[in-house]
Amino acid sequence: MSENKSRRGFIAASTAALAGLTLAPGIRLVEIASAKPDNEPVTSKVRWGMLIDTSRCQSGCTDCVTACGKENGLGEVKKPRTDAQWIRKIDLKELKSGHALSLPMMCQHCAHPPCVDVCPTGASFKRADGIVLVDRHICIGCRYCMMACPYKVRSFVHEPHTDQNPEVPRGQGCVEGCTLCVHRVDRGGTPACVEACAAAGHNAMLFGDLNDPESAIAKRIREVKTTQVRADLKLDLGVRYEGI
Amino acid sequence: MKAIVIAVLWGLTFAAAHAAEPGRTPLPAIAIEKPGQCVEPKELMRRDHMKLLQHQRDKTMHQGIRTKKHSLNECIACHAGQKTGTVLGKDGFCQSCHEYAAVKLDCWDCHQPKPGQKTAGAKP
Ligand code: SF4
Ligand code: SF4
Repeated sequence: MSENKSRRGFIAASTAALAGLTLAPGIRLVEIASAKPDNEPVTSKVRWGMLIDTSRCQSGCTDCVTACGKENGLGEVKKPRTDAQWIRKIDLKELKSGHALSLPMMCQHCAHPPCVDVCPTGASFKRADGIVLVDRHICIGCRYCMMACPYKVRSFVHEPHTDQNPEVPRGQGCVEGCTLCVHRVDRGGTPACVEACAAAGHNAMLFGDLNDPESAIAKRIREVKTTQVRADLKLDLGVRYEGI
Repeated sequence: MKAIVIAVLWGLTFAAAHAAEPGRTPLPAIAIEKPGQCVEPKELMRRDHMKLLQHQRDKTMHQGIRTKKHSLNECIACHAGQKTGTVLGKDGFCQSCHEYAAVKLDCWDCHQPKPGQKTAGAKP
């Protein structure tokens, strides 16, 4: 464990050295990797979350959506009424002032997820680190969770698939949604959408550990006003927005 | 009673004799194309691979434990046919045996039967 800590320390130091890559105060381009060893279970010491800065998110840009489709084997959305969509771009406009916003919407990874409350089988569950998932081995496709989710971010898979990414199994008859790219996160990576947004130079998405006071995301949330969508529901969301 | 026992015994001997005769009994094609050692003894894998896989599946899904030893993707990486690139198909490692034993395989409704792990999860 101590060896592990010093390794992390080394990574942190070299990352810091690598980067005067500070975009804005408190936002680092390169997030410090905090990969857990493969054989250790996830713990509630970590709470994964995301912060989306709507002032940086461009209307018309769908880089995050494309990256998600590619990473998770969803492909292009050809039939929007039935094809699975884990992340959508939404354009908002206040009619009176004309003030317009664009933002990505995906599973908010609620700390008190209604989709888990209603699931009759236990397939919809929250991991110790706050990531909400569907265990397809258990899901019976009843779609109660889709009805219960206030954000309407889950999809039902209507058709058989054969082109899955080996790390993201998915198939007909189950409900699915954003996994925060759990297969990448478990190895110390970041979600594909966040990576794509940064690669395009927009840097509107920030991913990290909300429980770590030193993480870029925790610092930013402390410094600026951020909003949880439908905060009145008191679901304690993992995804927050800036500028809405 | 005696007659029945004798009939049964005779039946068994007959069946055994014929099972040994090549060509009469269809056998699954178990082709181990990649040399090397499996993660567990052969006898254990033949009987209990499904238990190992299910145990690993729950640990991966719910606890994020992604060790390679009993991971389905690692099985596929090793056992996919060199030519076909998959564990399915007529002589595919999984399918041929499961067809022989008449046990339905539903892993592949969701899992990818071809290896080809992407480098996803590279450190940022
Ligand atoms: S946003 Fe919806 S699907 Fe995601 S955790 Fe909350 S209720 Fe569940
Ligand atoms: S569709 Fe699946 S995950 Fe959703 S409530 Fe039904 S069994 Fe649970």
